[in-house]
Amino acid sequence: MEHYLSLFVASVFVENMALAFFLGMCTFLAVSKKVSSAIGLGIAVVVVLTVTVPVNNLVLTYLLEEGALTWTGIEGAENIDLSFLGLLSYIGVIAALVQIMEMFLDKYVPALYNALGVFLPLITVNCAILGGVLFMVERNYTFGESVVYGAGAGVGWALAITALAGIREKLKYSDVPAGLQGLGITFITVGLMSLGFMSFSGIQL
Amino acid sequence: MGIRQTLDSLEPHFHKGGRYEKLYPLYEAVDTIFYAPPDVTKTTAHVRDGVDLKRIMITVWLCTFPAMFFGMWNAGWLANMAIADGYDALGGWREALVMALAGSHDPDSHWANFVLGATFFLPIYLVTFVVGGFWEVVFAVKRGHEVNEGFFVTSVLFALILPPTIPLWQVALGITFGVVIGKEIFGGTGKNFLNPALTGRAFLYFAYPAQISGDAVWVAADGFTGATPLSVGFQDGMAALSSQWSWWDAFLGFVPGSVGETSTLAILIGAAVLLFTKIASWRIMFGTFLGMALTSALFNLIGSDSNPMFNMPWYWHLVVGGFAFGMVFMATDPVSASMTNPGRLIFGVLIGVMTVLIRVVNPAFPEGIMLAILFANLFAPLIDHFFVQANIKRRQKRTGDLAEESA
Repeated sequence: MEHYLSLFVASVFVENMALAFFLGMCTFLAVSKKVSSAIGLGIAVVVVLTVTVPVNNLVLTYLLEEGALTWTGIEGAENIDLSFLGLLSYIGVIAALVQIMEMFLDKYVPALYNALGVFLPLITVNCAILGGVLFMVERNYTFGESVVYGAGAGVGWALAITALAGIREKLKYSDVPAGLQGLGITFITVGLMSLGFMSFSGIQL
Repeated sequence: MGIRQTLDSLEPHFHKGGRYEKLYPLYEAVDTIFYAPPDVTKTTAHVRDGVDLKRIMITVWLCTFPAMFFGMWNAGWLANMAIADGYDALGGWREALVMALAGSHDPDSHWANFVLGATFFLPIYLVTFVVGGFWEVVFAVKRGHEVNEGFFVTSVLFALILPPTIPLWQVALGITFGVVIGKEIFGGTGKNFLNPALTGRAFLYFAYPAQISGDAVWVAADGFTGATPLSVGFQDGMAALSSQWSWWDAFLGFVPGSVGETSTLAILIGAAVLLFTKIASWRIMFGTFLGMALTSALFNLIGSDSNPMFNMPWYWHLVVGGFAFGMVFMATDPVSASMTNPGRLIFGVLIGVMTVLIRVVNPAFPEGIMLAILFANLFAPLIDHFFVQANIKRRQKRTGDLAEESA
């Protein structure tokens, strides 16, 4: 239990997807103008990550790894290594899940669906999602760990985008030089936020 | 001719079409140092009050003076004690100046201590002021806003949280980053979201850790290594800490550390003035204190055999390191803190919790308050957002739905 807790905390703060690894920047910068839509996208990312990371973990363990197909009982299956199909399968799983989620939001939360616009399908190619999956593969997480890690990474990303949206709403009243307006100042803002998040770097949990 | 007449006779040159039109912010800054600005609010929401931005900033500036003067004396005293123990002075022009003014390295002479400390602190402050002021003026002239007294506060706070032996070029670099990236590119005073002084220090901290942390930088004597109480507690535990210094030493400030942060008593004098004049928010200070006390109590309760910081009680957390300084002067920065009243409490608690958390569980950084405040700055606008939304909702409930009208 304690292990899961520290994994969760580490993935939210210490290894924050957005501010420590700078993953998922496109949506991070584009959908952070308003706190409400940032929260919406944040929740979407949390859901997608929490589902895709463990699902991909299953795909890896029971389909792709060397010897993963042993359970089928096919002769010689223990020698089959399909891990070269990894990237393809992970993206496929992510795309399918995002599609389902899109339909769900369209039906039940149309306001959020409209606010997120094109960025909802773009979650498919959000680096944070694939990044989370690949970290899971690289670090050999078990199924339980990958659930916790997926949720933690998602919460961390959501936290970061919500904070950024809060700051950007405040920055509306700032007087930014013409050359830096828009994305320019947002990049600098994200850099400074990352400075604040460096307080966690070095924590071993 | 009085100052007013001189200024008045110079004024036309700085107006539109005048010879020095571009330097108007500079003229305005000099003018308003001596006299209250003649401008009045032209539209509604007019508050008649003697306390304007200028007076607030100057008051904060003055409130750092007890900590600053004590810090200078303390830096000199520690260095003289080390020199009396046989270490060499750092030499150079500072040594010549100390010899000319005080004539000795006698740790019993308050004057000698003070002069030695001043030869380290005043150059730092001077560099901060000149370099930071330069950027401030460049941006003011180029972008046409005024030079603000907020810079007095930023500069003195930045200088006070540096170790006495820091190289001066790093001071210049740090304040440049703090003023330009931390503040001016957002449009100047009141428009930034991080505390500029802390941004500059954090930049130095991560860029040049050797000159701003560790054991060798706090006492200005050659080759002398003296850890701050915080890092002694961090490395060797509470027993080693309390055998080296008593709590009263740490409270009164006879310990190594950054120039302004050592004496909790001197800082609290400043805090009393800030609270009495209602310039600093008591909610932020109280929240920070509360968060620190609760978190350290929690860690005391958990306990740990391997990590001695778990056992540091709250009254030690209060007096070691930069906690008091950060709580009083940094966290209460009205621009980068939360602006709603309940938000301020939460903002403060967040700082207190994060400070102790970083101090205790993060082996990379012995000091936590700087990063904790920067971290809380990130979430301050968000905290405000939620309270503002809640207020709007509550009022809508009370007065009926006016959302259509205002939206």
